[in-house]
Amino acid sequence: MKKFFERIIEGILTCSGFVTSITILLIIVFLFSEAFGLFGSKAIEDGYVLALNKQNKVTDITPAEIKKVFDGEITNWSQLGGTNTPITVFRLENLTDYYSEEELGPEYAYAGAKIAELINKNPGMIGFIPNTYLDKTFQGHLIKDKTISLKDVLSGTEWFPTATPAPLFGILPLITGTLWVSFFAILFALPFGLSVAIYMSEVSNHKVRDILKPIIELLSGIPSVVYGFFGLIVIVPLIQKVFHLPVGESGLAGSIVLAIMALPTIITVSEDAMRNCPRSMREASLALGASKWQTIYKVVIPYSISGITSGVVLGIGRAIGETMAVLMVTGNAAVIPHTILEPLRTIPATIAAELGEAPAGGAHYQALFLLGVVLFFITLIINFSVEYISSKQK
Amino acid sequence: MEKNKFPQSYDKRKRRSQKIAFGIFSLFSFSIVIILFSILGFIVYKGIGVINWNFITTEPTDGMTAGGIWPAIVGTFYLMLGSAIFAFPVGIMSGIYMNEYAPNGKIVKFIRVMTNNLSGIPSIVFGLFGMTLFVNYLGFGDSILAGSLTLGLLCVPLVIRTTEEALKAIPNTFREGSRALGATKLQTIRRVILPIATPNIITGLILALGRVSGETAPILFTCAAYFLPKIPTSIFDQCMALPYHLYVISTSGTDMEAQLPIAYGTALVLIIIILVVNLLANALRKYFSKKVKMN
Repeated sequence: MKKFFERIIEGILTCSGFVTSITILLIIVFLFSEAFGLFGSKAIEDGYVLALNKQNKVTDITPAEIKKVFDGEITNWSQLGGTNTPITVFRLENLTDYYSEEELGPEYAYAGAKIAELINKNPGMIGFIPNTYLDKTFQGHLIKDKTISLKDVLSGTEWFPTATPAPLFGILPLITGTLWVSFFAILFALPFGLSVAIYMSEVSNHKVRDILKPIIELLSGIPSVVYGFFGLIVIVPLIQKVFHLPVGESGLAGSIVLAIMALPTIITVSEDAMRNCPRSMREASLALGASKWQTIYKVVIPYSISGITSGVVLGIGRAIGETMAVLMVTGNAAVIPHTILEPLRTIPATIAAELGEAPAGGAHYQALFLLGVVLFFITLIINFSVEYISSKQK
Repeated sequence: MEKNKFPQSYDKRKRRSQKIAFGIFSLFSFSIVIILFSILGFIVYKGIGVINWNFITTEPTDGMTAGGIWPAIVGTFYLMLGSAIFAFPVGIMSGIYMNEYAPNGKIVKFIRVMTNNLSGIPSIVFGLFGMTLFVNYLGFGDSILAGSLTLGLLCVPLVIRTTEEALKAIPNTFREGSRALGATKLQTIRRVILPIATPNIITGLILALGRVSGETAPILFTCAAYFLPKIPTSIFDQCMALPYHLYVISTSGTDMEAQLPIAYGTALVLIIIILVVNLLANALRKYFSKKVKMN
């Protein structure tokens, strides 16, 4: 009986041992199943078509070009490989500009026929209409509605998830934004982090270390919204004033906040690595006549370099995944930044800002999950490289 | 470490470069202290005037431009409690399995890699996952239950690591002694190992709770309510939470001037929670380490 009981407990313990593995598996399954729906959905908004006149030879336009057409940036079909005719954009709400209420009939009964007539008449017209309004009398053709491709998403330079008729899901601006902010954050954090780590493990006495340790613990414990709030109230106006910017929300503000947040990780991990350097090695170096500083940079740092590297990589990981603080201070402009003083937008901030508004199951929603998948993979790569680096240490 | 004294024969350059390097290190270390205290000081200075009994115990009114933060405090408390109920047993059991039961080698290594991976996954990804699994798939809706489970998953790796470290610190002689007296493995764990490890485990759990109290991204889509001036009555209710409340009133609002003091107050309450958690953990650590030494 007693043995049986122990077996059960052992079973339960074993099961809970695998809870993290199961969680990761579930994360992969659920995130992927939502995200890859994106590549099955149509580039043009669901339930709508883009109708062209029959004389128009253009059949194939990319989503980016569609957006430019509807924004008025492309005004002639020759720019899209067609004949030299100016483009007239027709949206359903423009219908009353062309026809009176009486002509359209009660409850727009004749709208379909009128739209068909209109597009048949105008060789340069492109109509964005619901496919229920596609009348039999329509003689032109429709733009091929392709599904969203992986290439469009990965190499697209524009993120306009709510653009009509064709939303754009280019994640390049978000990836560059994330990398910019994280890169500068690490650039700021690295000298500080390493100095403090060296100071704590090699230079300071026990008393100072006992003061610094809880301070760093506290720094890592402060919630990210509080950092974001502090950044928003203090750092953002400061940057605006110092650099004479129209808005202070910028990549720089994000980098500074992230640098403060990544510091504890860098300090703790590299300090641990340096303290693990055997005493005998230090003593040997000192005995050979090296000064304490020479010992540090010729013996201790080379010995613990893999530990220091994993600290830095973990810090990068934290910076890349950080959501709230970045969301609050970077200004969230989804464009590829040219300087760090511009507003930019990171992957996590995009998810946090847009998921609430994206209709569940739609292309936008799926695109945000795809961002989650990208983020998941970035952090997975970071974690495995840390694993690899620290396995080399042994 | 004792102070280094260099004989006269060492060249000056060596001494000077050391002086400069150490000077920079101490300067940077000192600046870390300044950074922390300027953040804390700023929020305490601005927030202390806002906090009073009324602020703590009343509900927000006038579109969150007046009133207190009581529902957010309660919500955060519920979320901490909920995630603790879920994450602590699972995490502790997992830690025990890894240190006491798992055959050494590949399985432990695999679990450890997975645990490290999980702890590296950004909190917003947990939010996405919690939303699909708990809110949509299991049908909990936006609720305290879904939020607690998501936050719980987030802090499981932390609990596992703490437990494992605490158990690892116990010398094998304790286990061998107990087994030699005829105790089973489970008895050894329950009567010998866990009592010794408990203080360290508790310290880690308190820190995990602190982390849960400040997380925003995982509850954005699983639980948090923008404005809900009533106390939740069941685990299927939405709730307000302090960090989300701070985010909302500091970024989106109609009347920034009126909201700012509330934001300072909320930030201060969050900081106080973190301070208390850290101090408590440190005090426990010190107290128990003294006790162990005396024995």
